[in-house]
Amino acid sequence: MTDSKYFTTTKKGEIFELKAELNSDKKEKKKEAVKKVIASMTVGKDVSALFPDVVNCMQTDNLELKKLVYLYLMNYAKSQPDMAIMAVNTFVKDCEDPNPLIRALAVRTMGCIRVDKITEYLCEPLRKCLKDEDPYVRKTAAVCVAKLHDINAQLVEDQGFLDTLKDLISDSNPMVVANAVAALSEIAESHPSSNLLDLNPQSINKLLTALNECTEWGQIFILDCLANYMPKDDREAQSICERVTPRLSHANSAVVLSAVKVLMKFMEMLSKDLDYYGTLLKKLAPPLVTLLSAEPELQYVALRNINLIVQKRPEILKHEMKVFFVKYNDPIYVKLEKLDIMIRLASQANIAQVLAELKEYATEVDVDFVRKAVRAIGRCAIKVEQSAERCVSTLLDLIQTKVNYVVQEAIVVIKDIFRKYPNKYESVIATLCENLDSLDEPEARAAMIWIVGEYAERIDNADELLESFLEGFHDESTQVQLQLLTAIVKLFLKKPTETQELVQQVLSLATQDSDNPDLRDRGYIYWRLLSTDPVAAKEVVLAEKPLISEETDLIEPTLLDELICYIGTLASVYHKPPSAFVEGSRGVVHKSLPPRTGSSESAESPEAAPSAGQAAEQPAVIPAQGDLLGDLLNLDLGPPVSGPPLAASSVQMGAVDLLGGGLDSLMGGSGFTAPGPAAPAAMGAPLGSGLGDLFDLTGGVGTLSGSYVAPKTVWLPAMKAKGLEISGTFSRQVGSISMDLVLTNKALQVMSDFAIQFNRNSFGLAPAAPLQVHAPLAPNQSVEISLPLNTVGSVMKMDPLNNLQVAVKNNIDVFYFSTLYPLHILFVEDGKMERQMFLATWKDIPNENEAQFQIKDCSLNADAVSSKLQGSNIFTIAKRNVEGQDMLYQSLKLTNGIWVLAELRIQPSNPSFTLSLKCRAPEVSQYVYQAYDAILKN
Amino acid sequence: MFQQKMIHSLFLINCSGDIFLEKHWKSVVSQSVCDYFFEAQEKAVDVENVPPVISTPHHYLISIYRDKIFFVSVIQTEVPPLFVIEFLHRVADTFQDYFGECSETAIKDNVVIVYELLEEMLDNGFPLATESNILKELIKPPTILRSVVNSITGSSNVGDTLPTGQLSNIPWRRAGVKYTNNEAYFDVIEEIDAIIDKSGSTVFAEIQGVIDSCIKLSGMPDLSLSFMNPRLLDDVSFHPCIRFKRWESERVLSFIPPDGNFRLISYRVSSQNLVAIPVYVKHLISFKENSSSGRFDVTIGPKQNMGKTVEGVVMTVHMPKAVLNMNLTATQGSYTFDPVTKVLTWDVGKITPQKLPNLKGIVNLQSGAPKPEENPSLNIQFKIQQLAISGLKVNRLDMYGEKYKPFKGVKYITKAGKFQVRT
Repeated sequence: MTDSKYFTTTKKGEIFELKAELNSDKKEKKKEAVKKVIASMTVGKDVSALFPDVVNCMQTDNLELKKLVYLYLMNYAKSQPDMAIMAVNTFVKDCEDPNPLIRALAVRTMGCIRVDKITEYLCEPLRKCLKDEDPYVRKTAAVCVAKLHDINAQLVEDQGFLDTLKDLISDSNPMVVANAVAALSEIAESHPSSNLLDLNPQSINKLLTALNECTEWGQIFILDCLANYMPKDDREAQSICERVTPRLSHANSAVVLSAVKVLMKFMEMLSKDLDYYGTLLKKLAPPLVTLLSAEPELQYVALRNINLIVQKRPEILKHEMKVFFVKYNDPIYVKLEKLDIMIRLASQANIAQVLAELKEYATEVDVDFVRKAVRAIGRCAIKVEQSAERCVSTLLDLIQTKVNYVVQEAIVVIKDIFRKYPNKYESVIATLCENLDSLDEPEARAAMIWIVGEYAERIDNADELLESFLEGFHDESTQVQLQLLTAIVKLFLKKPTETQELVQQVLSLATQDSDNPDLRDRGYIYWRLLSTDPVAAKEVVLAEKPLISEETDLIEPTLLDELICYIGTLASVYHKPPSAFVEGSRGVVHKSLPPRTGSSESAESPEAAPSAGQAAEQPAVIPAQGDLLGDLLNLDLGPPVSGPPLAASSVQMGAVDLLGGGLDSLMGGSGFTAPGPAAPAAMGAPLGSGLGDLFDLTGGVGTLSGSYVAPKTVWLPAMKAKGLEISGTFSRQVGSISMDLVLTNKALQVMSDFAIQFNRNSFGLAPAAPLQVHAPLAPNQSVEISLPLNTVGSVMKMDPLNNLQVAVKNNIDVFYFSTLYPLHILFVEDGKMERQMFLATWKDIPNENEAQFQIKDCSLNADAVSSKLQGSNIFTIAKRNVEGQDMLYQSLKLTNGIWVLAELRIQPSNPSFTLSLKCRAPEVSQYVYQAYDAILKN
Repeated sequence: MFQQKMIHSLFLINCSGDIFLEKHWKSVVSQSVCDYFFEAQEKAVDVENVPPVISTPHHYLISIYRDKIFFVSVIQTEVPPLFVIEFLHRVADTFQDYFGECSETAIKDNVVIVYELLEEMLDNGFPLATESNILKELIKPPTILRSVVNSITGSSNVGDTLPTGQLSNIPWRRAGVKYTNNEAYFDVIEEIDAIIDKSGSTVFAEIQGVIDSCIKLSGMPDLSLSFMNPRLLDDVSFHPCIRFKRWESERVLSFIPPDGNFRLISYRVSSQNLVAIPVYVKHLISFKENSSSGRFDVTIGPKQNMGKTVEGVVMTVHMPKAVLNMNLTATQGSYTFDPVTKVLTWDVGKITPQKLPNLKGIVNLQSGAPKPEENPSLNIQFKIQQLAISGLKVNRLDMYGEKYKPFKGVKYITKAGKFQVRT
């Protein structure tokens, strides 16, 4: 006779049958029927249709039946609010029952029914129950206040329940105290501003007293509540610590971890000279280690927290390395965490043991674990200098195993060891080169290529090795492509005579045939460097590298301090502050460690870990929100340019004259020509084609009455901005420029507090108004904003000239991106020059300032061209027909007063137009041409 | 704004991925939330490797794996994960306690009691009553007799009076306990966790000890338990009934015990010189290059066993994947090799120093497969009766507050915990 019988169904409608049974006269049958209903509920079947029939069974003396009906009600009352009213009378009656069990049950169930009408009836019984003579009822009622607050916060305040709840903190029964604290902290969390848990020395004392007596769960609530208290001085901090330490011996690991949190936080206030400080440190180690003997799930959470604690106070566990040794049947998630902590604890004293362990792990079965173990050996080498030699030989042993993924990981870490200890272990390069063919992972290939490039002078066949990679250049990942490009340039600079062809090949591959802007950019930069100044190229490419830091993947100190305040919570498992991932946590207050007080500050030894007070002075990665806008202004990248910006900088531009035979001279004219057919002349060519791509985006018509508007492109991908995606374009309409943005929230949390700031730029573009996003941006929502711009901002010449660096801030972080704006948004409405003036100016501007461009594949006739350009404030002053060609003479003026004169030659049979531009500031011509091209082709 | 606190819902899932029970403490959360769990489960391959905390777009799933059942809880806001994990283990313990086993069948057979228990254990996401003493007064555990009687008389398995312990400051004990035979038993159980390296030296060793008690004493007895060598206990976790101050000042365990079975303390002894290793293993496991076979030769012998017999010895080895089968001869006990899981189990039994047990023979590998790189670890289980390997000894037990003379008993046992020998 088991309950499984309740799961059997008959062929007739199940619900129908249950309905009949529920309405049966026989008590026993009724009860059985309710049990069947509950059984269906447990497997997720919808039995809400039986609501009225089940509620009818509520009026009963049988406690079990009553409980079952209540169970049912809690599940379905929300979906059937009107029906739930039927139950009210019984509830109210039950709240008066002489049996405290029934009183408690009724008030508890009523609180679970989230229906407004019911809550009205709940107030009176709840008030009575909060003052009930029976503590079981009182503690149930305390929780009920939190439930009611969730449904109707105003009602709870109006009825004075909060005060009653506060009184319960002084209740004689510790279980009531614990539940009152739990309820208050829940309410306080949803109203961070309310001063509900008014923590003062008196109430703290009450909590500490209750702590000794209440249940384990209550202790967790009390400890978490204590952790939010800020003791007034180190004395008070110590006395609280003394009363909390016994909790470290509790059998419940959650109690232990909450106690650890309180201690870690208040310890911050204690002077390190105090004897008590040392005692406390010693007391913290054993409970943390004990957590590791619990079930694996508990171990995992404990390890994630220990990882934080070890970073904050390494001294606590420095002698406990061995407990983190991995057992072969630990779950993988425990193994990986243990390994991480082992590295953090590794020191000269224990490195031999650690290495022996790591070597053992490297022969295990689990691939992820083995990889991490191999990497860990590399981290040891970098962290503990004395061990480096042993680590390298261990890694070489591992390479000898020829196990593919082991070899690859080993090569990746050896690269880092080379960087850390230059000129020490290069003798192993030969061994590494033997394994070149087996590398199939991008990271390992990139590492190997780096090694070959870096030590090209010592590897006889470096060119052959690199050439072999070059064959499949297009199939490589970006990481490898970039590395290969750099390595070959390094090789070329070291052995220029034999490798011209190779470098030419890779530059052409990177700049001509690649879609990847990073690769292209790097290609062009190298190209220019090599062509203009090989000496400078050497200085740049073969520069001394900064040493890599000892500790990798350390948590940034301010974040670490915040996370210490969240020990034991989800934040500590994810190593992110709750504001970064908890839904609806807009109101979350950032917690911080208390500052050290008293005279202890000066006494602190200099090598001690930075206290919170000091940490606050260090530059934070994420600055406090109020300071953001101030900080943005400091993002300039070069010295300011005063006076007429473009004129002043034209000299500089001349110096960067591009492929002007620079490479040729370097190569001694050995036929090293600029590659590709699309490189007609001067600097326009390679750069132009790159930018052309940007504007070539077809589709999406933006032309209204104003200038041509390019379709929106993604400026800031969500991946790089914690879920915020920004796409946009620029437009000019009736004299005003605007930046048209679409902000899309691809994160899981709400975004708010947007602000925008531009870096200084060539034309002084600046937002004319703050970025107005009226409502917070919910996940998966987009908002379109038109940000008006003016040109009265600070000026600094940018390269490219139309580069605009933008910083956008929201409640999550600050993000930076740069974009290129089309120059025609700067063409002003009064850009039409008088005919005479045009002629005079044209003659006046020296011929060397004239630049010629081809606008290809344009099939418009002269008139269409003229009217199209006029839409974007390029004005045709005269039109001539010379030998069947149409010549258009045009003028335009930029916002900063620079005039540009143009001659556009259109041959009826030829889709290519020739554009000649003359300007006193010739460096703008390039961008004016781009604007022409973009306008005409759209 | 709904700030859903603590545990929102609980799903019980068996190894084949069926959700066989769900319980919601607030609103109903769709079963589809478990899809994220199944995804993680698939990725983990082995059931043991499913990560205990999984984040989904709107919830967090915190789970434990016990007795072939996943207890998956759904939470919505920042909640201490240990709190949830501890609670889930407590739920599993309660099922074990009530039904004798924590299995899918037992839970399905008692689904109504399970539901009543879950409701009693958690209110609004706050743990309410998790002490088995209190729960048993609120909801009576099923017995064959009771269910028969219930079905005849129509009486119920729900207690209709308030558990007495709830009111007092000692919630773990009910009032009015009465026994004709008053007894107090203590089991000192120590498990040795160790990693022994190839050469036989100890890489890591510690003792995980517990004192499990079975106390059947009438009234309100107040007990004091003292040890011969309490200094051994420097890392201890206590049952809430123990008066911490007395322990701090006098090193005496003073407490009013719960009624029935409970864990009094758990402790850890890690100081290397105190951890004796009672067995040694001589091993030779090798695979020949370019041949599809290997050798296997393992001998187990007693070491620091304090003159007691080591018994219940079982060795399990996860052999490398390339191993097809094993042809071995055991001088003692019997062995099995599961060619699917590649697990070799050798049930040795008792070790007699005169004739050491040995298991020896040929390992057959998949032909053509490369020589296995990894060396299998040997997992050893054993038991030693009447010995606490740390040397912990109970001195005396005194009882105050009641007049009768109880029967007292202490039992010691040492076992292997995670005892691994690397080869």
